[in-house]
This record gives sequence, C-alpha cells and structure tokens, in this order.
Amino acid sequence: MTEHSTRRFVSAKRRPKEDGRFITGTGHFVADVTRPNMLHVALVTSPHAAAKIVSIDTRAALAAPGVAEVLTGNELAALANPLANAVDTPGVKCYPLAAGVARYAGEWVAAIVAESRAEAEDAAELVEVEYQPLPHVIDAEEALDPASPPVHGEHGSNVLYRRTFTWGPVAEDFAGQPHQLSFKLRWGRSAPVPVETFGVLAEWNAGTEILDVWASIQMPSYAEQIAAALRMPVNEVRAHYDVDVGGSYGVKRGIKHTVLAGFLARRLRRPVRLIEDRLENMVGGDMHGPDRHFNVAVAFDDDGLIKSMKLRVIEDVGGQTGRAAFQLGKPVSAIVGAYRINSVEYEAIAVSTNKTGQAAVRGFGMSPTNVAIETAVDKVARHRGLSRLEVRRRNFIRADQFPYLIPSGSEYDSGDYHTVLRKAVDLAGLDALLKRRDTARRDGKIAGIGIATCLEPGGGNSAFEPLLNPKNETTTWPESCVVKVDRSGGITATIATSTSGQGHETLAATIIGEELGIDPDTIRVVHSDTLSGLPGNTPVASRMAIMLGGAAAGAARKIRDQAILIGAHNLKRTPEQVRYADGAVTALDDQAQSISLARIALIAHREFHNMPPDLTEPGMQAVHVLQVPKGGALPTADGRVQMYPCYSFAAHIVYAEIDRLTGKVTLSEYSIAHDCGTVINPDIVRGMVIGGAAHGIGAALYEEFAYEPSGQLLSGTFVDYVMPSSHEVPDIKLAEHCTPSPLTSHGQKGVGEGGYLGAPAAVASAINDALSPFDIECLTLPMRASLLSDLLADRPAETES
Amino acid sequence: MKAAAFEYCRAESLRQVLEELSGAGGEARIIAGGQSLAAMMAMRLARPERLIDINHVDALAGIEAVDSGITIKACTRQAAALQSTLIAREVPLLAAALPHVGHIQTRNRGTIGGSIAHGDPTAEILLAATALGARVTLASTAETRVLAISAFSLGAMETAARENECLTEVTFPKLPQGLSIGAAVDEISPRAGDYALIAAAAEIGLDAEGVCRHARLASSGAAPVPVLAAPVAEVLVGSPLNDAEIDDAARLLDPLLDPENDVHASAAYRRRVAPGMLARVIKAARDQARSRMT
Amino acid sequence: MKHTITMTLNGARRSAEVEPRLSLVDFLRDRLGLTGTHVGCEHGVCGACSVLLDGEPIRACLMFAVQADGHSITTVEGLREDGGALGILQDSFWETHALQCGYCTPGMLIAGQALLSRNPDPSDEEIREAIAGNLCRCTGYVQIVDAIRLAGARMRQMPATPGPETGDD
Repeated sequence: MTEHSTRRFVSAKRRPKEDGRFITGTGHFVADVTRPNMLHVALVTSPHAAAKIVSIDTRAALAAPGVAEVLTGNELAALANPLANAVDTPGVKCYPLAAGVARYAGEWVAAIVAESRAEAEDAAELVEVEYQPLPHVIDAEEALDPASPPVHGEHGSNVLYRRTFTWGPVAEDFAGQPHQLSFKLRWGRSAPVPVETFGVLAEWNAGTEILDVWASIQMPSYAEQIAAALRMPVNEVRAHYDVDVGGSYGVKRGIKHTVLAGFLARRLRRPVRLIEDRLENMVGGDMHGPDRHFNVAVAFDDDGLIKSMKLRVIEDVGGQTGRAAFQLGKPVSAIVGAYRINSVEYEAIAVSTNKTGQAAVRGFGMSPTNVAIETAVDKVARHRGLSRLEVRRRNFIRADQFPYLIPSGSEYDSGDYHTVLRKAVDLAGLDALLKRRDTARRDGKIAGIGIATCLEPGGGNSAFEPLLNPKNETTTWPESCVVKVDRSGGITATIATSTSGQGHETLAATIIGEELGIDPDTIRVVHSDTLSGLPGNTPVASRMAIMLGGAAAGAARKIRDQAILIGAHNLKRTPEQVRYADGAVTALDDQAQSISLARIALIAHREFHNMPPDLTEPGMQAVHVLQVPKGGALPTADGRVQMYPCYSFAAHIVYAEIDRLTGKVTLSEYSIAHDCGTVINPDIVRGMVIGGAAHGIGAALYEEFAYEPSGQLLSGTFVDYVMPSSHEVPDIKLAEHCTPSPLTSHGQKGVGEGGYLGAPAAVASAINDALSPFDIECLTLPMRASLLSDLLADRPAETES
Repeated sequence: MKAAAFEYCRAESLRQVLEELSGAGGEARIIAGGQSLAAMMAMRLARPERLIDINHVDALAGIEAVDSGITIKACTRQAAALQSTLIAREVPLLAAALPHVGHIQTRNRGTIGGSIAHGDPTAEILLAATALGARVTLASTAETRVLAISAFSLGAMETAARENECLTEVTFPKLPQGLSIGAAVDEISPRAGDYALIAAAAEIGLDAEGVCRHARLASSGAAPVPVLAAPVAEVLVGSPLNDAEIDDAARLLDPLLDPENDVHASAAYRRRVAPGMLARVIKAARDQARSRMT
Repeated sequence: MKHTITMTLNGARRSAEVEPRLSLVDFLRDRLGLTGTHVGCEHGVCGACSVLLDGEPIRACLMFAVQADGHSITTVEGLREDGGALGILQDSFWETHALQCGYCTPGMLIAGQALLSRNPDPSDEEIREAIAGNLCRCTGYVQIVDAIRLAGARMRQMPATPGPETGDD
C-alpha cells in the first residue's frame, strides 16, 4: 500500500475526467448511436396479469407502412434458448417475448420492427392478440400457498427458492435471553428507474460474422448470456463498453432486450434498435426491485445486548425470474449489520407472482434487510428504555476486534463504528437536534430523529451464486486493466466495462497516475469491447474502487517494474540501485543520473539494443486481472462463505416532521458520517453518498410500483411513480472517517451503495421516533403521506406526550 | 411513445380557429401550451386527427381589466400570469394558485385557458376559478356564450365545451371594495409541483373590525370537480374568524365530497384532509388579510 | 403533410421539413444530430429534454417541432462561450461534480442557465425551485445546487458581458 503521506493524486480534489463530455452535451449514450439503415422496435404488451395467448394475428401490422417484421413469442422461443435463471429452476422458462402464456400485465408479447419508432408504434396497435385470461396471484404471501395459481406451470409451484440457514446456536441463544421481540416489516416494490431507459442497438455483420451490440448496459456476463440465448459462440458477440450509461444503480441488465434486438438484427440483416420508452421501461422492462415481506425476531438481555436474530424474508420476484432471487444472497454477507450478534437464522424465500420482473438494485437486496435490522435495534432500545445511540454503541463490533468473523462466514476487514457514529452525532449536533424535536413536540408538531447505521460490503466475488444455486460453482469475479505506454511516453489504460456515473475513468487514471507519478489528467482511459477486452464484471457490488482500482494499480506497478529494469540498465545500475519516482528512474547514488519514463518507453518500443538482456518483449504494456481479495472458496454445507472482501460503514442522522393533517414528511438536518477507507476522489465519493441517500429517501417515503388486486400496475409513469425532486431531498452534510482496508491497493473500499443502504433505515427510524408519542408505528415502506395520516387519524392529539 | 399521426394547422386568427373546429366534425383538438395534451398524445390516450395551434392568435393572449373584473385570454401563459402585477393586485387568489401549477418549464408553455379547458379536477387554476366564480367564454362560428365555471366544469376531464367551441377567455370577478383581502392556496401533492391530492383555495375579506365580509372558498381532490365550499363561506361571513370557528365551519365541506381511492391516497384520506386543508387556507388568508388591515 | 419550419438554433438559422407529430426533442436529436438534449420520459415530468425557447426553459418533449417555427431555441450545445470556452455554469458543474451519469445534466444546465440569467444571486431555495422540474437520480441534487450557487457568484464577479445566446428577449 502506498503510504498516505506520500500520495500526490489519490484523495486529492480532481475534476472527474468524464464530466467534461457531459456538461457539453457530448456524451455517448446508446440513443446517440446510429447505424445506417437502422430499424426500430416497438412492443405489443399483454393487458392481463395472466393469460394464455391463444392466437396472434399480425397481418394488418405487417401490411402497415414502414413495417419490416413482426415477431411473436412462440416464434422466438422456437429459435432461442430460455434466458438464464439465477436459482436452480429448470421448469421456469422465460423469453424476451411471452411464449404461449403472458405472466404479468405489460409483458411483451410481440415485437414490431419498422423504419421509424413512430411507425412501429402505429403498427403495434394493429396486432390482434386473442387472450384467454388465467387465474393470477399478486400477493407474495398468497403465492406461498401451494394452491395459488402457478405463474410458471412447469415449475409446479410459485416457490422458486426456499432455504433456512442457521448460523450458530440460535435456539440456545433465544432460550438463554430474558427478552425477545418480533415484528413484521414490508418493503414495497421500488426500483432505481434511471432517467435514461434501457436501450440497445444490435447489428449483425455477415462479413465478419460478428453481432455488434451497443447498449446502456451494466451486466456481468452480458455477452455470454446473449450468446447463450441466441445459440451463438460467445466470440460472435461484441458488446461495446464505450457507451455511456445514463444511470443504472444495478438495473441496466437488458438481457431480454438484447436477445430480442440481436435476434432481429440477425434475421433482418439490418441494425435494429430497441430504446425503451418510459412506459415499456416501467411496465415491461423487468427492472423493478426488491418487494419484500420480513418477519424479524431478536433475543436480547437487560442491557440491550442482542444475542441472536431470526430473519424470514419473502422476496416477490414477479413473473420473470432473472437474477432477482440472488438479491436474497448479498444480505448474508453482513447479516448482523455492525453488531456482535452471536447467531442468526435466515429463512430466504423467493416466490413468483404475476408482476413485472426484477433486476438487481443498488445494494443487491441489502437496503431492505438493513431496515429490518436497524428497526430491530431501535425496538430493542425502546424496549429497554435506552437511547438508540447507546444500544448501538453497546452492540457494535469494536475497533480492536477487526478482522471480525460474522456467523454467516464473512470476515469484516476493518472499521471503527464507534468513531464514525460519534462523528455523525457531532456533525448533526444531536443534542441541539433533540432539543429542537422536543420543542417542536411541545408546539404540537409531530417530530422525530432518525438514527441508523449500515454496512456496505464491497468488491463482490459473486459467492451468492453458489450459495443460492449449488450448480453454479463460481468462485471468482475478476476485474482487469491494461496499461500501455506509447513510444512518446503517453499512457493509455483500457478498462473492461462501461460507466454509469461512478467515474471509472477518473478512478483508473488517478491510481495509475499515483503509481507512476504522472499527472492523471494526461492519462487516457478507454473502454474495451467484449472481444478485445479482458475479464470484467461491471460496476456491481460497490466493487470498482476495490477491483478496477486494484487492477489498475497492479498493471501500473508492472509498468513501473519494467521501467525500473530498463532504466537501471541504461543508467548502468542494478535495479536495486535506482528508484522510480515522479515519472523517472533515478540512480540512488547520483540524483543527476535520471531517465524519464518517456525515454524508457522509446527504448522499449524502438531501441531493443538498449533493453536489458532478460527483457525479451518489446513495447511497454502491462495487464492485470485481479481476483477478488479473499475470494475463491465455495460455501460450506451450512452456507458459510466469505462473500465480499471490504466493508464500508456509515451512520445517518436525520430530522423529520410529519404534518398532522396531511401526513407529509419534511426531512432536514441530514447528516452522514461514513468510512469507505481511502477516498480516491472526494467529489465523486461525496456524490455517491449523497445521491445514494436521496435514492433511499425515495424508497422510504415516495416510490412504489403498486398493483391493483387485478394485477394492473398503478404506477407505470413518472406521474404516479414518484421519484424525489430537489424539493424532497434535503441538504445532506457529510463527515468522513478512514479505516483503510488491508486488502486493497490503497486502502479503498466501496462507496456506491452505502447512501442507499442507510437512508431508508434512517428515515424509517425518524418516522417511528416521531410516531412514538402516539404509541403507533409504521413498518411499511414507502411511508407515504396518506399512510402516515391514516395511522395518525385514529389517534387524538391528547395522546401526545 | 410517439403521437399518432395528425394534421397540423397553425391558426392566425380566432375566426380561423372557429372555422377549423366547425369543419372538423369533432376530430380536431386545439393545442395551446400542450403541457397535458402533448403528453396524452405521446401515450396515445388522445389522438386527434387535426391539431389547431392557437399559439399565434394574438386575440387569444393578454390580460386586461374589464368592467366586470379581470379577463385573461385563453392562450395567456401561466408564467405571464404569474408575473402579472394586474393579476397579483386584482386576482390575488389566482396569483396564489399559480406557483403550485407544475414547474417553471411547464408554466412557460402552459396556458390559463388550456388548463381550464383540460378539466383536470385537481388543477389549481380551475380550483381558483371555482372559488371565485369565474366565467368562461366559449366561441364557435355559431355563437359566443359565457358560462359560470360551475356550469362549465362537469366532471373529471369533462367540460361543457362543445366539439366546435374554443374557450377564448376567462373572467375573474372584481374584488370587493373596502375590505382587507387575503388569499391563500395550499395543497398536498405526492411531490412538489405534482398534481395535488388535496388542494384548497380561500379568498377572505375582512372589514375594519376584522369581521369576515367576504369568503370565496373551494376544495379539490375529493370530488370529481373542484367543490365550491359555499356552506362553509356562508357560516363564516359575519364571523371574526377565530380558529375554532374556521375548523367547525370547514367540516361543512364533508357532505359535498365524493372522494375515490387511487395509488397515492385512500378515499378516507381525501375526505379527512379536504376540510382540514380548507381550514388551513382560510386561516392563512385571514392572517394575510389581518396583516393588511390599516 | 409535412411543414417547412425555420428557427434560430443556438444562434444559427435552420430550416427543415417536418411531419407534425415529430416532437421538438426528436427533431433536435434525430434530424439535427443535436444529441446533447436527452429523452427521459416523453410525458413532461423528468426535464431531461429541457431547452430554452426564446430564452425560457421548456420541455422539448411536450412541443411539436412544427410549433417551433419562428422561434429561437438554445440547447446544451449552445451554452459554450462565443470563443468555445465552457460557459461559467458548465465549468461550475465540473468544479463541484454536479453530475454522475450525465443524463439529466443538459436539462439541469438549461434550468440553471435560465435561473441565473434572470437572477444572478439566487437563494438555495430559489435554486431548488428552478431545478424542481428536472429529476436526477444520481446526485441527490446537493452538488447541483452547489454548482448553480457557485456559477452565480462567479457571474457576479465578472464584468458585464453578454452570456450565451438565450433567445430574442
């Protein structure tokens, strides 16, 4: 690890490289990519929650102006393989277009391909589909009932996954504690809903026999999954990672979209573009997020020390399976949160319902679970008459206990939770805030303070895959970086992923610049495609600072080592007699004897006669493919595994007032103290934390994909699906703490998810603190104004204390 | 989300607008600001065969004082109305409503007449017009008629305008003389700038003793159209408007309500909040009126 | 039937034939290649398609291109200074990192530019009101508010010079 005191670029303020193109309108988003002769796709969707597709009459649509093709689900299913399922459910077969049976209202049934999007939409109205409605199930708890209508008939049940993990002596720990409490909690279905919808452009080149794909994508194994579904060799698919992604936060997966567009491009021998419109995105894009029913129980002693926890989660994955069930896996990596809980029982259940499918969402299932854990801690505090801060302090893992092994098998790398919480308390001015709350209450207001903490496991090794599906023996999730120095000394790094706002170019340049002593602004970073590039797994799991940062550092260090060899040789020294610093190799015994990296690069490229004899490879390039630190092992039989290497931590404190009449919540004085190890770029980290918190505020208070009992989605537009605007997100203040990770190149950890992991719990804590004088609680997210008002309506004002 | 194909006519005069409407057999729609219509067309919830653009008809823009009050021509931008000192002075309730209407971008295109003609039951302009008893003028090649807003506004997205009629202007009545006036509009919406779940508007006039001599009140969100809260106003006129009186009076709104459930709020919520919101704006208007008493 | 339209676009005259149903944002992007303006929702909520119409911000998804005939339009591509340097607001967005994925950014810049041209010294509340019709999923808005505040301060320190083309008024 580079010593902090000697760092020049890491942790320093630096304008992100990517921003320049975005502030000038010169980004390169998928809808900005055009190809000659391009065709456009629009979709026919099912109006029914569940229906047999009896027939589809495409004649009128095919005859409409500009129409090149109309493709039905049965036709596609006959020529393509089913999309991959996360868990082992061979009876579940999903295709881009419903084949035979439509499983949710809005599911795509047929695709129209036309010369313009408008013409495709015109023709879509002419497709006549005969449906035979089938019984449906919308409620996840009902779907558990074996008598419920099966969403996937061939699977035979709506239960896709069910396992109870027991880590440690849960029964004994519960029996041995004087107190227990339990509760139910509901996390409503919400999603990131990026402002850019998903889009893809596919072009089959018959000459090179390559399917080129430009997409708004953040998906590990993307090309592999497309190839598998289209029955092509993987090296016939070339996904381009130089496409800017207009926000993803996990959901930009787009497998079904790409399979469809790729199929059509190959069939029609013309480029085919499918840019979802907002309705297609929200209703049929299969990018909803977790939709959970929790049962939580904790056992604790008189002092509020929590000994054991039982967590039962039903995840309602909807009608398409995808990777949704895996979101029950990541919470295992921090199943005890920041606390020294001795044993845990975790029952994880995934059920199918007749709702839109899910994609991965920021935190991969952690945020809802964190609300459950933090709510339990608040309840323990209330039960014991202790402050919420004090209960947390008593239960926290202590700084001297790291690395700390949790019952489910992961070891937390580093942390100092007490100090971070103290920093949050100081930043919030908690004493004054408590006075303000109490004054507000005396004035008849409904006021509360939220306190919550969260772990942010980062650097994902995908151990959740074998954990939830033993047939999937994945034990690595590498990330790569190629660094080359051209003959003029210019440095170019190639990374194997697209970027969706996290600043990967800045990250790679900063770390390479740090390692080589070169101004990062002069380092170019480009994105490979899947044929030219090395392994990569996209910015999932708060992993890029850890994994791409580590790969970039590894490659840069190889360049540095190579420079030392060439430099020493030309300075007539041994490698031990020189040092590399600030872009030059210098003799230790004579500072005047120095050779620049540019000169060394020229030697490497052009002057083989000046190369050391043991360097037989001309040029100056280095590849580093990084294995996830501490990854590589399969889970044990009882489901213990090291899932993520690095554990960031944050504490959120927020003040909330609830309008008694309307239930409207106003947040203010939002403070976050966080520890993501070494910060690479302060402005990027700040944005990630605040933006994540804003996203979490939306999930806590406003956003829900709500369904009618009939199975119709009630919030399929931006009018009804309410993402917070600048008026709903308060100013958010940050304090930082740094416990460097011992596992990463510069001590960095992940930071992309923590804001979103902490905020829903903090807001829920504030609301329930505000409601506590009325002896009521709200354990349903989103905590809409109307819901809070309905809860308060029955309570006369006199019950306020 | 591309609109179905349509023909476009850029009208240069009101006569042309009316002739176009007259010849279209109900298949034409007027577009003013288009802030609702264009979105509905993109979703193909509206699919006119012909669109008559009135944005260039000079006679349909402007704000003027007339004998009976203030007339706002239909195609006057909401942003222009918000900046109008005439409206601020003479129709303070409308001025109080306008900041709640959409966002800066939509107010720059959206029009006063377009909002009323659209008939969205939670639109704030319609709410203010209901409270004040505004009158709308509807013109066709055959006749020009003036309707009270209560006769114009028939239901959610449903108005008395005929297929061949163009809403040309709305006239807000004069403020009463010799009273101290306060006006307030408030609402609860899912998100600032969104359509209101429940909104209320109150214009209050106090005499020199602080007694209420004028009350124009309306509530929206809990009935298919904005509700004129006449029974509430009737009780309050003559009262000094203390809080308890206002709270009691606002409950008289209840029989006028007919709320429905939707994704954002239950019918029970709407029924409960509407009177409270009305009381809130009455108090705010009262306080403003009191602060203006000499 | 197609209509011929003429507009002033980022200071230059442009003419085109358009079918009536073509939205202004599709016209800018697909017909003129000005892809800086983005499509987010096509129903007037997200603000990603914001442009200046005669100097005032509007949603380009809620206007048909044919309606823009005779008007002046400014898009994000028109926000640079005359010599090609970044505009003050653009530079301030970079300085505070008021963006992540960059998708809402052009609309935010348009909203911010419109505010500052009217009010070079806005309060934070006025800034939040000015961008309330523009959804951003990445930033939580705080660094955007910082950027607009910073740009206002920088503009107030500048000698009075004409800003970017913002229309006829």
